[in-house]
Amino acid sequence: MSTAFVEVDRVDLAYDEDSGNAIEDISLSMSEHEFIAIVGPSGCGKSTFMKLCSGLRPPTKGSVVVDSREVAGPLKIVGMAFQNATLLPWRTALDNVLLPLEIVEPYRSTFRTKKEHYAQKAIALLHSVSLQGYEHRFPWELSGGMQQRVSICRALVHEPKLLLLDEPFAALDAFTREELWCILRDLWQQNHFTVVLVTHDLREATFLADTVYVMSKRPGRLLTRRVIDLPRPRELEITYSDHFAEIVRELREHIGRIRST
Amino acid sequence: MAKRKRRLEAWAPWILLTIIVLLWELICRGFRVSDFIFPTPSAILLSLKQYAGPISGHALQTFWTTMAGFVIGVVVGVLLGVLVGSSRLMYTSLYPLMVGFNSIPKAALVPVVVVWFGIGTVPAILTAFVICFFPITVNVATGLATIEPELEDVLRALGASRTDVLLKIGLPRSLPYFFASLKVAITLAFIGSVVSETIASNEGIGYLMMSAGSQMRMPLVFAGLIVISVMAILMYEVFAVFERRMTGWATRGMDAK
Repeated sequence: MSTAFVEVDRVDLAYDEDSGNAIEDISLSMSEHEFIAIVGPSGCGKSTFMKLCSGLRPPTKGSVVVDSREVAGPLKIVGMAFQNATLLPWRTALDNVLLPLEIVEPYRSTFRTKKEHYAQKAIALLHSVSLQGYEHRFPWELSGGMQQRVSICRALVHEPKLLLLDEPFAALDAFTREELWCILRDLWQQNHFTVVLVTHDLREATFLADTVYVMSKRPGRLLTRRVIDLPRPRELEITYSDHFAEIVRELREHIGRIRST
Repeated sequence: MAKRKRRLEAWAPWILLTIIVLLWELICRGFRVSDFIFPTPSAILLSLKQYAGPISGHALQTFWTTMAGFVIGVVVGVLLGVLVGSSRLMYTSLYPLMVGFNSIPKAALVPVVVVWFGIGTVPAILTAFVICFFPITVNVATGLATIEPELEDVLRALGASRTDVLLKIGLPRSLPYFFASLKVAITLAFIGSVVSETIASNEGIGYLMMSAGSQMRMPLVFAGLIVISVMAILMYEVFAVFERRMTGWATRGMDAK
């Protein structure tokens, strides 16, 4: 844990020259298997930060180092999931999960010959998010929460080192959301990936993350870093504890201050 | 109840057709309209039977020129659609030109093509092609241009090339648009080939109608019209069946009933 897995060093990113910076002077470091959450008002550049981590956008200034390599293009070791499940409607749940394996090496070149093996792997992953029996259903036959679980499986099937989640539970009802928190928590505890979770939901961030960063209004800057010192493993019960409420309130105050300025 | 309703739905077009034909026959006979002006259905049927040999020969000619033009139209239309739909530069540069070209009445092109290739089959094929590729291009391009950016990001972050994105997402996604456009394109192709035959050909239903008209044999002209529309309806249905088979995922609400 001595060297950082992700090292972002004084990064600015502007989409084009006239529009000004979307994010500004961002510095943070993540160790391997860390779970960080980024919260902030809408339009603050959280999604931009994700594009930065995945290598989809190069920084305008500063540097991003992931896995001790300077990021210069698509990383191939990341998995992504978004607010919309963005599943392909013509593919079954299983085939949707298999999609990344058809793209990324070393799976791509062996996809045809070892398809059976990969399918087993994908099915095991779907089982781990309690989707047994739904492997061969089409996305439109699944509920929103199920679609989102398939989407997370798709983000994980190629065993990425870095999982990027952009408000993945925002479109779900409260109970489904909490259910998926636990599923994500378990997946993260059983596997060795690092997570960046972008969210509006302070309870979500506090429950899941090791470290929460608060981002300011555009141009987005990191204002605070809050280490969540709740013990692990965390059960949903913990969200009703006083300490939990205290942390959420503290984060809320930061957001309130940003909004009022 | 539901079963009866569905059966009625299946028969409805035939019932309506029968009613129209009967009314037509009755009106023509009742007002003693001359066959030279507006022939009765029975007269049309009679001339269909009488000239079955020549009509089927001309129909075959029209059919294959239409299909040839249509196939070229599909190939060119898809290629242009992929080009326009996957590149912004191509979209901004090519699209206005294509809209301009598409607004030229295709009948006006026939004389030009005749100067280049002479009268007959080639102008018919070319006119069918020129008239039918545009809707295909527009639809394929729309399908490609409306990919969710997030979905593209998922694949691009894995190092997917543009071709990967096109093959895995773009083309399957634009299939429903593509098939919808085929149904439009095939009917347009018939219009193209028949128009060309009417202006410059010695073969085909268009020519048949033209020469029958000049001899005032109106029942035969109408017989030609009916043959064209039957062929167009049949081909339309063929592509409708293809569409349902290939892209059931896009119209799932329709089969649920």
